[in-house]
Amino acid sequence: MSELEKKLGWKSLPIGGYLLEPGSAMKYKTGEWRAFRPVIDQKRCINCLICWIYCPDSAIIRLEKYVDVNYDYCKGCGICANECPVKCITMVEERR
Amino acid sequence: MAKVMGLTGNESIAYAVKQCNVDVVAAYPITPQTIMVEVISEYVHNGEINAEFICVESEHSAMSACIGASLAGARVFTATASQGLALMHEMLYIASGLRCPIVMGVANRALSAPINIHGDHSDMMGSRDCGWIQIYVENPQEAYDWIIQAFKIAEDSRVLLPVSVNIDGFILSHSMEGVEVLEDKDVSDFLPPRKPAIAIDPDKPITVGALCLPDYYFEIKFQQIQALKDSYNIIREVNKDYESLSGRKYGFVETYAMDDAEAAVICLGSTAGTAKAVARELRKEGKKVGVIKPWVYRPFPEEDLIRAIGDAKALAVLDRACSFGAPFNALCSDIIAIVYRHGKDVKIFNCLYGLGGRDITPNDLKAIFNDALKIAKTGIVQEYMRVVGVRE
Amino acid sequence: MVRLQDLPVEELFTSGHRLCAGCGAGTIMRMTMKALRGPTIIVNATGCVEVSSTIYPYTSWKVPWVHVAFENAAAVASGIEAAYKAMRRRGAWDKHVDIIAIAGDGGTFDIGIQALSGALERGHDFLYICYDNEAYMNTGIQRSGATPHGAATTTSPAGRKIPGKPEFKKDLISICVAHGIEYAATASPAYWNDYITKVRKGLEVNGPAVIHVFSPCPLGMRFDSSKSIEVARLAVQTRYWPVYEVEKGKYKLNIKVPQPKPLVEFLKIQERFRHLFQPEFQHEIDALQRWVDENWRKIASLCGEAT
Repeated sequence: MSELEKKLGWKSLPIGGYLLEPGSAMKYKTGEWRAFRPVIDQKRCINCLICWIYCPDSAIIRLEKYVDVNYDYCKGCGICANECPVKCITMVEERR
Repeated sequence: MAKVMGLTGNESIAYAVKQCNVDVVAAYPITPQTIMVEVISEYVHNGEINAEFICVESEHSAMSACIGASLAGARVFTATASQGLALMHEMLYIASGLRCPIVMGVANRALSAPINIHGDHSDMMGSRDCGWIQIYVENPQEAYDWIIQAFKIAEDSRVLLPVSVNIDGFILSHSMEGVEVLEDKDVSDFLPPRKPAIAIDPDKPITVGALCLPDYYFEIKFQQIQALKDSYNIIREVNKDYESLSGRKYGFVETYAMDDAEAAVICLGSTAGTAKAVARELRKEGKKVGVIKPWVYRPFPEEDLIRAIGDAKALAVLDRACSFGAPFNALCSDIIAIVYRHGKDVKIFNCLYGLGGRDITPNDLKAIFNDALKIAKTGIVQEYMRVVGVRE
Repeated sequence: MVRLQDLPVEELFTSGHRLCAGCGAGTIMRMTMKALRGPTIIVNATGCVEVSSTIYPYTSWKVPWVHVAFENAAAVASGIEAAYKAMRRRGAWDKHVDIIAIAGDGGTFDIGIQALSGALERGHDFLYICYDNEAYMNTGIQRSGATPHGAATTTSPAGRKIPGKPEFKKDLISICVAHGIEYAATASPAYWNDYITKVRKGLEVNGPAVIHVFSPCPLGMRFDSSKSIEVARLAVQTRYWPVYEVEKGKYKLNIKVPQPKPLVEFLKIQERFRHLFQPEFQHEIDALQRWVDENWRKIASLCGEAT
């Protein structure tokens, strides 16, 4: 069966193109887009949350004492590294 | 206990809308629909209905607001004509695509240019592919009755499609007749408040209006095609229920003297009234003529029309809108299509009439009937496409 | 004033959307969602955010969300607001619902201005947020009424004869204030606290409120994706994008810029202005500077600030 044929048909889809599952975009892993990945030096992180508020993709995870990156979704834009007040984030080339 | 009120087409629609306890009306005035919205505004300002009346700044916004309100779960009505309908054209498709059970009254009026405020069907015919259920009525009584039925049809969970009820501009919108109206309570019982199965509701967040790429668009559209087809059955059900309530019988097609008719006129709207009167006169002369008046134009009532045509040998299909550059105009094209599909042996010719509110007289119709009878006898059509009453 | 730590952790605008890497609008949507105070419905006009966040069958939204068309976010919001009013009156609904109409500069300044004007005039209770990336970015960077003078877009290209857009940016806030609405404000995502506070303020207004927020676009404005917030900050620090609010007709400057950075710092970082740095187009930079100065002077004076 082709990729297209595997998708749901008109009988099973909700009417009107309505999407009934909120936040279903989480199933789409935009992390595959990355050319560079942010690496956080968690020892130097001051947990200011500046990177968290500015990340367009909600890819910064708030932990108790510092933050981490959700690499499933991070697109590698580099805003976090650019904005970090203590410069503890480095953009490293993604190796495949 | 039914009572009779003197109501114009516009007023009877407004009265029906009031009795249907509509929640939101978003409309923009345009001749000849204006009185419809003015009367509803009066109802609102006098506290006679609970509705919110949004005096939108254009017809495009009118339909947009209606879509928003409908998706929120409200019972919604709007009205327009001519340029207004043309302006909201893109929104008509969106209303049906998003499955909004909106009811709209259209006081059919000619489309510019030249600008003309009088009645013809070019406005709704210009949007006939928009996916709405489309009803054409012959008089204010039918307008009143069909509005009430329209809400019930539209809001049925098996349908969820918008419905337009079309009345001829000025001819019906502004002419007063005795309209038998139901009791408020009877209408409320027939049409309880809307309880949508799905709506944009903060307790159950859904996304409406997503981008459907080539991998899904066709399926969603096919659902709509099916829904319009399936609405056939629901329309029938509602007609039956309404007959029990009002004593007035509606269906997809009304026929007059068609049982043994050799020739017939098929037309939409008020012209059918004139045609019936002329047919009655010709019958007195022994001429076997009849009239077929579709009420429901979309979904096109194929089976009912084939049955109505019966053994007639010639049909004059009257169109009050021009499909420029097409071999036949809208209604005639549809009739020819179903006749072809059913392999019926009947000759058909098209009469384009009444554009810009140009009157079609009993004499015009007499000539058309006589031509049709001639064709029924000879089997020869000399002019497939003719124009009625245009000066050379 | 609120601390970042106190903002809700829950993301009502989730990951997985297809906005470009570094898109200012993504940040703005997330910040907007952090400011909600209760049940909220989003009406989104066609544009970058709408298209990227709801590609069937995926949706990034965890609140009820509607997209109808490009030019009618305000009209659709009007309809929803009226529906809830009517349904509450007949007892079918009980709580208050906030409605936010979100549109880009295209869907606001140009094709959407009519619907916005109508909704503001009628006084519907909703918040309208215009995320302004200064061009029709979603369809490939065409100029809009919000594109600044001199900027290169595909329909106002940097040509040999005409260097970018000849016209100047439309003044959205003045248009909104002219409707007599209770609250209108500008914002920049670089100033997250100011923006989030304004969204909450806009929601709390009983009637229409408008927020005009600068949305940096790495692709259309042509700068490195990591610089989005920096560009949003420079916009404010060069006085290009004054951040102020108008409450019941009273102007207040929220971000004071006593020592503005030179405008060229803002222009240099974006390649959409690169052509202006050729010697023969210096007068265009001067014209843009004059516009920035005059705009600032006008707003500062309305705010009772020293010009």
